[in-house]
Amino acid sequence: MSANLLAVFYLISGVLFILALRGLSSPETSRTGNLFGIIGMAIAISVTFLSIGNFSTGFFYLLIFLLIGGSIGAFIAFKIPMTAMPELVAGFHSLVGLAAVFVAISAFLNPEVFNLGSPKNIKIASLIEMSLGASIGAITFTGSIIAFLKLRGIMSGNPITFIAQHFVNLALGLTTIILIFFLCKTQTANFFWLIIIISFLLGILLIIPIGGADMPVVISMLNSYSGWAAAGIGFTLENTALIITGALVGSSGAILSYIMCKGMNRSFFSVILGGFGGTDQNSSSKSKEQKPVKNGNADDAAFLMKNASSVIIVPGYGMAVAQAQHALREMVDALKKNGVKVSYAIHPVAGRMPGHMNVLLAEANVPYDEVFELEEINSDFANCDVAYVIGANDVTNPVAKTDPQSPIYGMPILDVEKSKSVLFVKRSLSPGYAGIDNDLFYRDNTLMLFSDAKKMTEDITKNLD
Amino acid sequence: MEIDPFIFRLSIFILSIFVGYYVVWSVTPSLHTPLMSVTNAISSVIIVGAIIASLAGNNETIFNTANIFGFLAIILAAVNIFGGFLVTQRMLAMYKKKKRKINK
Repeated sequence: MSANLLAVFYLISGVLFILALRGLSSPETSRTGNLFGIIGMAIAISVTFLSIGNFSTGFFYLLIFLLIGGSIGAFIAFKIPMTAMPELVAGFHSLVGLAAVFVAISAFLNPEVFNLGSPKNIKIASLIEMSLGASIGAITFTGSIIAFLKLRGIMSGNPITFIAQHFVNLALGLTTIILIFFLCKTQTANFFWLIIIISFLLGILLIIPIGGADMPVVISMLNSYSGWAAAGIGFTLENTALIITGALVGSSGAILSYIMCKGMNRSFFSVILGGFGGTDQNSSSKSKEQKPVKNGNADDAAFLMKNASSVIIVPGYGMAVAQAQHALREMVDALKKNGVKVSYAIHPVAGRMPGHMNVLLAEANVPYDEVFELEEINSDFANCDVAYVIGANDVTNPVAKTDPQSPIYGMPILDVEKSKSVLFVKRSLSPGYAGIDNDLFYRDNTLMLFSDAKKMTEDITKNLD
Repeated sequence: MEIDPFIFRLSIFILSIFVGYYVVWSVTPSLHTPLMSVTNAISSVIIVGAIIASLAGNNETIFNTANIFGFLAIILAAVNIFGGFLVTQRMLAMYKKKKRKINK
């Protein structure tokens, strides 16, 4: 196959990948989009193989390894519960990162294969591209592993900080750049290995100071990194499909990070620098005295909702933890039978990754046209009778609008306070992730339902019949 | 005067960033999780590099150091490709519209 024809096929793959992302603009077109993505990938793999023309043992090994990896991937894809999507995506990011490192190592050891020169005499431009690709890939790898461990709960979600942390990170980053310079000058393999090792370390250090609820930003950011790593390798291998894809994924992750930061009204840098949400956070709550709350049970909640004409559900991370999405849908079905109008309100940073709540509700067969984003639904709270807050806290806290001292001041919140009555399903009165008290708990029209989200929702459903 | 091919690749790269920017802004927020899993899958097109790395060498031994790294990368990327596309498919299949209620 001629190099030109090959390049055209890679271009076609790239275009198909763009169409795959384009399809996600609406749920109807998304499935076709995914199909485009699969076709693009099949084209890229097939033409690469044909271009090599090694049909003997090589083909055999390629198929074996493709099959091993493919069956592991397929197994995970079918088995994984939807609540574990954040961990899964973090885990997958780490694989892309490591694959980028491996390809870069392979290209460094055997540059003739990629027409990059010979060992000890690799083209300078290629050296820079492959070390950048390997470095970003390595950061993505270890960073994603840490994110995975935090999301999975194996590692505490609390930020881990130490003195001069940012200085150390900065020094490591600068060292990497200096090492790349020396690598180009001397072509010494040891510099290359050192770059990779330092980048592994940097990946760990960059993610450990970031707390659990900032994970939506971290995942999006690592998504972006995996794209830039792929693009770096794409430049090394002079492959358009990789360059296009890397750029797409890189900008996609960057946009998602931006949307998540905006959802918390925090700058990207304050998230990256981390330390937020620690237990030593001096919260602005002056509530030393025990304020009274109204404590309710499933019966009260059922009575309130049955007699309402409209109910808005506000799900949060707690719903995911309790796996309450199916129970919630059953409760809503019972409410609808009673003629109550129900809709769902999703805060941009609800859950642990962008769109987390939407996937869970979709899994529980909630039609997506009953689920609304913050801007779409926020004005409806004023006309709604009951807001049912399940597993969310900070995203409803009115202090974000009133108290400039508060750490979440300026964060867009769901105006739950404006509805006639508010039901909070929570396990205890403990403050949310931001470590601040929610005034809403102590209002007259708030009823606290202290229980596991799933159990409470099921009990309410029983009382609705 | 000849233009370095690198400049062409750089142009593709920069323009793709812009394409990505506009395409991703038009993705509906409710599909942000599938967006992440599908970008994950497509970034595994890095498997192309892994295939070349592991098969294109003209040496006798299949398993020299460079090839082994290539093969390992193939496995990793394959996990991602199959896992990424299939889990996206699984998620997207769940997004349904409200069924028109038939009054009994």
